[in-house]
Amino acid sequence: MTVDADAAQSVYVAPGDHDELYAFMSGGFSGNVSVYGLPSGRLLQQIPVFSQYPEKGYGYSEQTKALLETSWGFIPWDDSHHPQLSVTGGEQDGRWLFINGMNTPRVARIDLATMETDEILELPHTAGSHASPFLTENSEYLVSATRFSVPTVQRDVSIRAYKEQFAGVLSFVRLDPEHGRMSLAFQVMMPGFDYDLARAGKGRSHGWAFFTSYNSEQASTMKEIGASQADKDFIAAINWKRAEACVAEGKAKTIPARYAHNVMDHSSGVATTHMQASSVMLNAGDCPNMVYFLPTPKSPHGTDIDPTGELIVAGGKLATVIPVHSFSKMIAAIEARDFDGEIGGVPVLKYEATIAGEVQNPGLGPLHTEFDGTGHAYTSVFISSEIVKWSTETFTVVDRVPTYYSVGHLMVPGGDTKTPYGKYVIALNKITKDRYLPTGPELTQSAQLYDISGPRMRLLLDFPTVGEPHYAQALPAKLIKDRQVRVFAIAENNDPYATKRVQDTRVQRRGTRVDVYMTAIRSNFMPDNIEGIQLGDSVFFHVTNLEQDWDVPHGFAMMGNRNAELLIMPGRTRTLVWVPQRVGVYPFYCTDFCSALHQEMQGYVRVSERGANVPLAWNGPNGTLR
Amino acid sequence: MMSGSSRAALAVLALALLALYAVPLWHVALIAPQYPEGLGFYIWVDRMSGDLQSINGLNHYIGMKAIVPESIPELRFMPWALGALVAAGLVAAAWGRRVALTMWVALLAGGSLIGLADFYRWGYDYGRNLDPTAAIKVPGMTYQPPVLGTKELLNFKATSLPAAGGWIALAVMLVGLALILRERRLARRVT
Ligand SMILES: [Cu+2]
Repeated sequence: MTVDADAAQSVYVAPGDHDELYAFMSGGFSGNVSVYGLPSGRLLQQIPVFSQYPEKGYGYSEQTKALLETSWGFIPWDDSHHPQLSVTGGEQDGRWLFINGMNTPRVARIDLATMETDEILELPHTAGSHASPFLTENSEYLVSATRFSVPTVQRDVSIRAYKEQFAGVLSFVRLDPEHGRMSLAFQVMMPGFDYDLARAGKGRSHGWAFFTSYNSEQASTMKEIGASQADKDFIAAINWKRAEACVAEGKAKTIPARYAHNVMDHSSGVATTHMQASSVMLNAGDCPNMVYFLPTPKSPHGTDIDPTGELIVAGGKLATVIPVHSFSKMIAAIEARDFDGEIGGVPVLKYEATIAGEVQNPGLGPLHTEFDGTGHAYTSVFISSEIVKWSTETFTVVDRVPTYYSVGHLMVPGGDTKTPYGKYVIALNKITKDRYLPTGPELTQSAQLYDISGPRMRLLLDFPTVGEPHYAQALPAKLIKDRQVRVFAIAENNDPYATKRVQDTRVQRRGTRVDVYMTAIRSNFMPDNIEGIQLGDSVFFHVTNLEQDWDVPHGFAMMGNRNAELLIMPGRTRTLVWVPQRVGVYPFYCTDFCSALHQEMQGYVRVSERGANVPLAWNGPNGTLR
Repeated sequence: MMSGSSRAALAVLALALLALYAVPLWHVALIAPQYPEGLGFYIWVDRMSGDLQSINGLNHYIGMKAIVPESIPELRFMPWALGALVAAGLVAAAWGRRVALTMWVALLAGGSLIGLADFYRWGYDYGRNLDPTAAIKVPGMTYQPPVLGTKELLNFKATSLPAAGGWIALAVMLVGLALILRERRLARRVT
């Protein structure tokens, strides 16, 4: 495919100018989120979420380690898939970004003013948090589902007992409207299928959430074959307002659960873990009129709701059409009790009763759909590697463009909201083959930007992504750019180990633990000479960055430390623990080129034998080392 | 005696100076490549505001002592001097003698000049008493900001100009002068 001669002009952001949109792309198996500018495709920042990130000391500093705690202990990696921006009234409000950790099921909340991870909630009774996190119209709930059904509650049973013993659990996480704080409100136990993706309703379908499922065959092995037998699997439509009522009526049970809830305190900058011991579980069959199955061809992947909330579009990975259900037809069918049996207490609606249309000739392997707000839908098609544009009125394909290659999700900025921003669609590609300079066996993944403002889609730009870009979300820059935090006020730093003035720098020994209360400001550490450290000590460097100037972080690295650096934002305190292993004098230094005298920003620690006659001493206003 | 309208105008001028409690008098702006949005500070009748912390942080490289507003006594008595000036203007308006008008305008002009001279003195003190052990040796060991106008100081371009309060004071002075001239003309016509 040729690119139009003016494509470069459409994406060129002149030096010093700002992009029009922020895009938040999942880092896939990097476990993190990357922030890009659009339309330039420039990488602006990486936000560590589920994976340790040595560049920022994330998950290495004492203050951030707790964010990676789980019921299994400290897990420094995950696989992040679906970023989701908070919404109010079905429109982006620019407050938070949520994203799931797939492997050890977790959901995270990122503050869009600091672009830092503020909270991570583990999801119990879940295996593979893939259908996650999707938000209801006013961010009342974040919904999530298990991809791999498992014995629930976990127990030692034969895998062959899949059909009888395994269940799939949907989770409803309540969001505190003021702070976005997450809490697991209730869970719904469903038949043991694989629940794949979800969307919450909006507009007329507000109050409902939709989950695709596959493997309704309930195969436990070789799912490649076993889960691909049935002509139709299901979209589970769940009325969460009804679920709330059943929980309130006492139809749910409180069952044992083990999960971690990790919260970053804003004023101290210190994260803490709260272990939880139970969850509220509602059996799908115990709450009538709450959940229904919509038969959907075939092994559906994505389910996406159009801006009005009326159309429920499925991406049948193996289907030859794109099935589109109608929310109002679904409600009518429920009222008419137009059922075709039930599974595990969940009524199955008739396909003909809910289907609004089928998009013919969509290509092979339609996966995900987003909307432009002017009556068009854009569906990514994996096997035939293309984006298909179709009319949401006539259900006919109106345009198609190739992608390079194997597009997974696609994203129209605001394309999952009531009022899409439109203008662009981004293909998030799984493989790139020959698209870039080759880099050995591992090649970059990639995003592609297309202009959708005209009748035909136009390819504008390819750009590499960090990790696998499963899904992305984008919002207009003006929504958050002026709210970006520049520094943390030093006066409001409530870290118990903060040192707010050079006069307060000191070193304290308690047994074998030595606390160093250190300040960093251009271009020195105070104290920068410490003696009296002994083998067997654990040295806690609590470094406070006294700067109150934008874009002046300081770094801190200690020679031989089996850890990473600290990167300390202005006004913040971060703590690095060092266990010296050898006698001698070892340097530490600032790793972030902070000033003209950055190279001078360094110091020494003297390490002596255990029991040596070297008194603890340091330099500085309170020091005894002269 | 002054005309009634001039007396009223003098009273208004005196009261106009009350605005100087609410707006800054002077502004020093610093521009450098690393500070595209600029650094700067304001001098008020009783305090200083702005990026003093950042400026002090930078000035330590050249050995300039930190600017600590609490240690500048002028900021403690200037509010009283301003109050006295307002009161004097009102008294002069009430008294109504032409000489009172002239004296008040002269007082305002003189006070302003003393203020600027004092500003220069502080700039001289900060800019010339640089720590000889500092990391960066400024050529000639002087790093003195201008009182009025623009000056290149190493990587910074420093611009010192009146802020709202300074302009108000200047306007009051000019209107005061106009009143004096008007009263002179009226006096000639009467005699
Ligand atoms: Cu530094």
